Amino acid sequence: MAPLVLTPGSVVDGYRLEERLHQGSMAALWRVTRVDAGQAPLPLRERGGGEGCAGDSRPETLPPPPAATTPHPNPSPSRGEGLQSEVPEPLVMKVPLLRYGDDPTAILGFEVEQMLLPLLDGPHVPRYVGSGDFETQPYIVMERLPGEPLSAVLAEAPLPAGRAADLGARVAAALHDLHRQHLVHFDVKPSNVMFRPSGEAVLIDFGLSRLDGRPDLIAEEMHAPAGTGAYIAPEQVMRVRDDPRSDLFALGAVLYELVTGRMPFGSPQTVRGLRRRLYRAPVPPRALNPDCPPWLQEIVLGCLEVDPAARWQSAAQVAFLLKNPDQVTLTARAERTRRDSAVSVARGWLRWLARTPAVRPSVSERLSRAPIIAVAVDLSEGESDLSEAQRRTAGMLLGCAPGARLACLMVQRVPRIGMDINVDKEGNNRHVGALVRLKHWARPLNVAPERITYHVLEAPDAAAAILDYVRGNHVDHLVVGARGHSALRRYLGSVSSPLVAQAPCTVTVVRPAERPGAAAEEGGPGTE
Amino acid sequence: MRIALLADLHANREAVEACLAHAAQAGAQRCVFLGDLVGYGADPGWVVDAVMERVGRGDAAVFGNHDEAALLGPSERMSGDARASAEWTAAQLTGPQRAFLAGLPLSVEDGPCLYVHANAWDPGRWAYVRGTAEARRSLEATERRITLCGHVHQPALYQQAPGGPAIRFEPTSGAPVPLGGRRRWLAIPGSVGQPRDGNPAACCAVLDAAAGVLTFHRVPYDHETAADKVRRAGLPPRLAARLREGG
Repeated sequence: MAPLVLTPGSVVDGYRLEERLHQGSMAALWRVTRVDAGQAPLPLRERGGGEGCAGDSRPETLPPPPAATTPHPNPSPSRGEGLQSEVPEPLVMKVPLLRYGDDPTAILGFEVEQMLLPLLDGPHVPRYVGSGDFETQPYIVMERLPGEPLSAVLAEAPLPAGRAADLGARVAAALHDLHRQHLVHFDVKPSNVMFRPSGEAVLIDFGLSRLDGRPDLIAEEMHAPAGTGAYIAPEQVMRVRDDPRSDLFALGAVLYELVTGRMPFGSPQTVRGLRRRLYRAPVPPRALNPDCPPWLQEIVLGCLEVDPAARWQSAAQVAFLLKNPDQVTLTARAERTRRDSAVSVARGWLRWLARTPAVRPSVSERLSRAPIIAVAVDLSEGESDLSEAQRRTAGMLLGCAPGARLACLMVQRVPRIGMDINVDKEGNNRHVGALVRLKHWARPLNVAPERITYHVLEAPDAAAAILDYVRGNHVDHLVVGARGHSALRRYLGSVSSPLVAQAPCTVTVVRPAERPGAAAEEGGPGTE
Repeated sequence: MRIALLADLHANREAVEACLAHAAQAGAQRCVFLGDLVGYGADPGWVVDAVMERVGRGDAAVFGNHDEAALLGPSERMSGDARASAEWTAAQLTGPQRAFLAGLPLSVEDGPCLYVHANAWDPGRWAYVRGTAEARRSLEATERRITLCGHVHQPALYQQAPGGPAIRFEPTSGAPVPLGGRRRWLAIPGSVGQPRDGNPAACCAVLDAAAGVLTFHRVPYDHETAADKVRRAGLPPRLAARLREGG
């Protein structure tokens, strides 16, 4: 196997190398165009570029995805086949370094990425175009993302809390989408995060990743902890590679850096240096940046807990908190101004060790243990058989998933036309009143304060407001009531039907048990 | 081109029908039968006819140790149940069916793939690939990058980087695995007709040859009927129970 000598103008499997964008220690990145440019759009010249791959300039005429017999994951059969027409230019080609003496982990990481990238999809990964085999010239071609990676923003750190939280929430949403595809990234760091023009974060570089159901080449063949010194999670240092919460630790380190301008554990290069984080807590962000609000410190330190079970339990939960600062329950973590003692940090680690079972759950199992459950109750007429039945259902769901969070929702109808100032005060009172009723309703559930949140949504259309909430907060399971017998339904229409039809998650429609002989109205089944 | 891989069919008509239907649904244009068409099960004639008909249309099949036992008599090493079923099977097969089995090759090479029943180093002596040492021995005995074999009834996937040891991986049903080009691979789809890992569903796999992606599958089938037929044929009752238990 003799790799080709690549220079600008070289053509590999139908891609022409235009310019080398980046030369790293592991791989080179080339901007490429399709040689047969007949039907392909002209290459768009993006400003910047940096080390980021992947670009988003989707034309409106993007062809529909090809029909697939396996719905998902769906590997695109394009290895070495050259032209691919689905992904528009600009494209980038990643070429691993294969010279004698090059880092062997470069090849391994490249193999892993070549295996996994075609199996991933969605807006939070660069779109895969094709790859070349080791027989001739190994490469991966993918979309090129415009702009700079998140690392470029670090020059401005410390960032204001709102900006850091917004960036962090977008990265968390991207991570949640990857975790839902049963992938753990294992190398989350600012230089591996790009953004689409639409604002969505995109994770790049899957060389250390692991996907359920696929061989873990890194675990088998790397004899040192796999990760980046500044961001690697403690369990990763101990070579445990199955926990999506490892990515949350790295996300915490990224957030810490955005908020303070410093890395929480420095950038150790030795295993001994890496192990220090098992017993040495970082300096709390507020000690470095007094402008960091307590809620943000709570979130960041909650990601950086040494014991994964003490961290936030899913990326969706972190995204949720970053977007709802007023819903963060502040604990002692929020006010800490000095680092935790070595003893208490190490204790967390020992707890983890003691609990680690021989058979460890898959990424998908872990994710299903930490769902976000939302219950939409209507307490406008006070509590009812229905709201009580909903509470029972919520209690059952929480009992099944120890890592679950419960979001209690209530919709206050507001007129479609804006309110005047006089009503505003009244509206505010109504809002507070609704919140009080909501908390009172939830009290018998006895949920720890950090696992439950309350939201009064003000909107003219209850179903639309609940749907917005569900979509925006990665809700996994929505519990609504069937307003079967209420006279209101005749006037206002069903709320549950559009939710069942449109919510992007499981929906349970609760109906109190009917007495035999009581008049029944048509409607959906009890649980769907 | 998608290729369905069916190993160790073991005269189980219900399982073979289910796997062939599944393969068609998965878009497979071709089937390769990885040996042991007969033995243990109650429908040897039907299974041999089905494979014969498909081989006539361009599919491929290789010879297995139970096929040999049905023609030449059971080997010394076979268990009591296997011996009894080999003798029963021999009495069921017609002349053309026997001739078809006798004409099967020990291995077939096609592009990057080697198809063989037991192993690559000495296919006719039926040694098992039960672990990484045997997998490495087999991988190093062939020029082909991808070995597909049967004989062992539990699904397994082994891979080997250049000069490295073979590494075993437990496949997950329905999860496509790209067979990276720098490595050599040995895949055992598991048994169609007599699964032995505690799950009675039939095992098979589909290789997308163009993309180099292999997907293992578990296919549920009417194992109660297959087990009843084994019992009614007068074969050892243990062979019927195995189909119900998958073990």
